[in-house]
Amino acid sequence: MKRTFSRLLNASLLIAITSIWLFSCKPKIKDEDIQTQIQSNPALTHLVATVKDGVVTLSGECKDEADKTASENVVKQIPGVKSVVNNTTIAPPPPPAPVEIAADDPLTKGITDALKDHPTVKATAKDGIITVTGEATSANWKKIKIALDALKPKKVDASGLTIKK
Amino acid sequence: MALQDKYQQLIDTANTSGVSNLQVREQDGVLYIDGEAPSGAVKDKLWDVYGSIDPDFLSGDVVMNVNVATAVPGAKVKVVTEKSNLNIRKGPGTDQPIVGKAAHHEIITLVSKSNDQWWLVRTDDGEEGYAYAQYLAPVE
Repeated sequence: MKRTFSRLLNASLLIAITSIWLFSCKPKIKDEDIQTQIQSNPALTHLVATVKDGVVTLSGECKDEADKTASENVVKQIPGVKSVVNNTTIAPPPPPAPVEIAADDPLTKGITDALKDHPTVKATAKDGIITVTGEATSANWKKIKIALDALKPKKVDASGLTIKK
Repeated sequence: MALQDKYQQLIDTANTSGVSNLQVREQDGVLYIDGEAPSGAVKDKLWDVYGSIDPDFLSGDVVMNVNVATAVPGAKVKVVTEKSNLNIRKGPGTDQPIVGKAAHHEIITLVSKSNDQWWLVRTDDGEEGYAYAQYLAPVE
């Protein structure tokens, strides 16, 4: 009886250990497999990845913070990836569009219209710069300045203008 | 960056007043501010702030172009000349013949914008032609 019991116990233990081993051990995913997954993913082609023992190190340039986070999450979903080291940088913002500056002819025409009601003020346009001379009250000059800025000059130089009270 | 610092209050006002499509760019020593204000009142406020930083705009280091969003075809606009009538012309320019007049403070209709300076307008009497936009304020 004792012998049978002890044999049963051994057998159960063996079965238990085998089962635990069978169900918990997964086939090891190779680093190369992870790398293949990364390289074939269109969402990650702009980045560089190295894989070592399931740890993926990402580098390269992401277009913004959202891209950086999304890329990391995509990699985390890949089977076999244990962790991600995200060393990607974020691209600087694109330079702003250059300022539009009107040509001298439309500026000159616009100046004529803007100054029609202000005979004491004179202005000329050259290479985008409007140079203003003469005199005006503060209130009138403000109206003129608003109108001149709207013509898209490079600059409005009123250093030669006298503001009268 | 120095110009943006000098005019920080102006830029902040534009941002907090709901100016859309705001662009602030610095080029060759001049700060360019472009955008669309939700109302004429906001545009006026921006010019007041600009004038408080650069009295009488004599530094010449800003070119500001903020249009008023409510000035769209069909909008009612008020003639805001100082006291005179506003000439309505055959074409967009002071060299064009005068075809009509709108009275000081009269409310007329904006038909379309030829450009930022000249708008096609129509009075209630049916006179239609171009008027200088500086003297027209959207009715708010």
